[in-house]
Amino acid sequence: MGGRNNKRKQHLPLPIELEKATGKVTKAVYDKIKHDQVRDLKKQTAALKQAASGSGRKRPAPQSQPTPKKQKQAAPRKPAAAKPESEEEEEESEGEAIMADDGPDGGWDNAPLESDSEAAGDSDESLDEFDSDDEIVTQQPLSLLSDSEDEDEEQEEEDAGVESYDEYDTDGEESAVTFRDMEKRSRKLDAKRAEDAEMADMELQEQDQAVASEREVFALPSDEQVEAEKEAPLDLTQVQMRIQEIIRVLNNFGELRDPSRSRNEYMAQLHRDMCFYYGYNDFLMEKLLQLFTVSEAVEFFEANEVARPVTIRTNTLKTRRRDLAQALINRGVNLDPIGKWTKVGLTIFDSPVPVGATPEYMAGHYMIQAASSFLPVMALAPQENEKVLDMSAAPGGKTTYCAALMKNTGMMVANDANKEREKALVANIHRLGISNAIVCNYDGREFPKVMGGFDRVLLDAPCSGTGVISKDPSVKTGKGPEDFSMLTHLQKELILSAIDSANADSATGGVIVYSTCSVTVEEDEAVVQYALTKRPNVRLVETGLDFGRPGFTSFRGQSFHHSLALTRRFYPHAHNMDGFFVAKFKKISNKIQVGEKQIVPAGSGAKLKQKKKKD
Amino acid sequence: MRPLTDDETKVFFEKLTKYIGRNIVHLIDRPDEPYCFRLQKDRVYYVSESIMRKTTAIGRQNLISLGVCFGKFTKTGKFRMHITALPSLAQYAKYKVWVKPNGEMPFLYGNHVVKAHIGRVTEDMPEHQGVVIFNMADVPLGFGVSARSTVDMRKVDPTGIAVFHQSDNGEYLREEDALF
Repeated sequence: MGGRNNKRKQHLPLPIELEKATGKVTKAVYDKIKHDQVRDLKKQTAALKQAASGSGRKRPAPQSQPTPKKQKQAAPRKPAAAKPESEEEEEESEGEAIMADDGPDGGWDNAPLESDSEAAGDSDESLDEFDSDDEIVTQQPLSLLSDSEDEDEEQEEEDAGVESYDEYDTDGEESAVTFRDMEKRSRKLDAKRAEDAEMADMELQEQDQAVASEREVFALPSDEQVEAEKEAPLDLTQVQMRIQEIIRVLNNFGELRDPSRSRNEYMAQLHRDMCFYYGYNDFLMEKLLQLFTVSEAVEFFEANEVARPVTIRTNTLKTRRRDLAQALINRGVNLDPIGKWTKVGLTIFDSPVPVGATPEYMAGHYMIQAASSFLPVMALAPQENEKVLDMSAAPGGKTTYCAALMKNTGMMVANDANKEREKALVANIHRLGISNAIVCNYDGREFPKVMGGFDRVLLDAPCSGTGVISKDPSVKTGKGPEDFSMLTHLQKELILSAIDSANADSATGGVIVYSTCSVTVEEDEAVVQYALTKRPNVRLVETGLDFGRPGFTSFRGQSFHHSLALTRRFYPHAHNMDGFFVAKFKKISNKIQVGEKQIVPAGSGAKLKQKKKKD
Repeated sequence: MRPLTDDETKVFFEKLTKYIGRNIVHLIDRPDEPYCFRLQKDRVYYVSESIMRKTTAIGRQNLISLGVCFGKFTKTGKFRMHITALPSLAQYAKYKVWVKPNGEMPFLYGNHVVKAHIGRVTEDMPEHQGVVIFNMADVPLGFGVSARSTVDMRKVDPTGIAVFHQSDNGEYLREEDALF
């Protein structure tokens, strides 16, 4: 009962409110009427003006320029009034079109001048119809809502033009007129073309002058200035300008250089500026600049400032991509397939719900995984009933993808050296319903001793992360030469143990895939080259990835084995995925021929046979 | 890694029977490959025998997980099922409850299933038995214990609890540190 009373109380003041409301409404109505009246007045005056300007536009060309502008301004000023106004405008434009039809000569007189005012959009091969169309095009902003009408008119005019051509064959008089007309027209066109060319020349000259003046303006800062900048650095826009200037000079060095300065000086300044602008340390900047041309390097750095799109991988053990996409779309997620190269990946553009906490995610229907980390697994191409090792597995994106490709058969060994990261790995394995996996915590270098004879080995080596700077910007400043020497050393040890863990005698496999999320040659090609020299029983094979750039076969005086062209590099600016490197090896034999001796590394498939022989 | 002792097996199987009844047999005698349960650091893992044999190469300290974790023994010797056992439980569950879409998220946030959210129930479900909870699209969400038998459930008012929450898929996110 109390509730009801409350309701009544709430209802009590309603009539007063209503009255007020009605009062307001009446006032609003009154306002509206007044407003409409004013608007009508304005409309009439505007129509008058337009009519005046429309007729005025026919003859003196300079007037034609300001009028459309006025109309453009007028149109958005009263969008509400546009509806009734449009009728008038239609009439008006029709009238104009008729006028254009009536007096083609006047139109032609105007044509070149008008098209001049229209900037360079006009092409040289504009035919007669197009000239008459030009008028309508200029009118288009004026008649916002009567576009279709105009188009119809255009159509009619075009038809008329065609008719006149038809008549040209039969009717002598008509054709004579057309011929004369044509001559006149072509003369006009020639004149216009000449004028255009002149304008273009002028513009070019101006540009050249500007460039010349810029060239004079741009000079590399002297040593003193550089010193001074260290004390009081320039602001970012200035530095950016200078970077662009230097790149421009470097791209056309012969002509634009300051003869007293060497290329090295330009490069040094560019290096300093880029370090400052993008926030990299000297060492890394040098490494990356060596990798690309200067303009590509800038693209690379710019790409590193932008986050890559979120991508997910369908867990084919539990669902299909189409079903998953439908389920996510129903949650309002905006997604698309990643590309033609994968059948399980989806790109998430935006999502009203956190993609990492949907019921589908919790049920293990998908895994949030960078597009680049699909690649090594696709290269590895694990088969059913194989024994596969993932040497540095956490957080499990690649491991679970492998297991999904194997359809939960065979055996998947996921190893990681970091015990903390193993939690996420185990969680993901369980969430995605992988039942053929074992997870262990070893240093990867111990591996062939722990367990060997794998059909396939995936080594996603720990690396400097120069390919994933967009994810982890701390790489920019955090990695120095000592990190690189430490990491490359570790990578070389790991790749050897990975190769030794694989079994060359495997019926289906004997495959090793080496991948890093780094783009530096030291961590990629150099490591692969090292493996090839140390283990002559492996050779590189096609990765099976039909995109990406081939690896370097020579780099700054180092030359690598020619088969390194079979490896694949991926860049953030070129492929819109993290920087990545994939190399696929095939192990031919379990024995290594070193001089006369045959060494059989422990743990490979040949180990048992060797032992038996000894026994 | 070692096989379960007799006591452990008894406790574990008692618990498992609550959810899947006599279907335990199907867990072990599978048509494709014999499977077994192994104990590693208090946790019970369900793994195929071939993988289990290969895993013996891995040291006890270094082995983190093998196959599917079913749950763990508490310090008091009881067995606690983990959400990771859900796929197997869902496959052989005796008693099932399907929740409507509006009841999905509340359950995944760790709440009990109220009667209003129930879409379908297995017919002859007794009180205090293990139940696996599905959504209407037959995706397993978690498991719990029935608060009432199917017959009594009809009499309960809509806000009354039908199934006590034990474990749900949301734990993959909420309790990653404790689970693994």
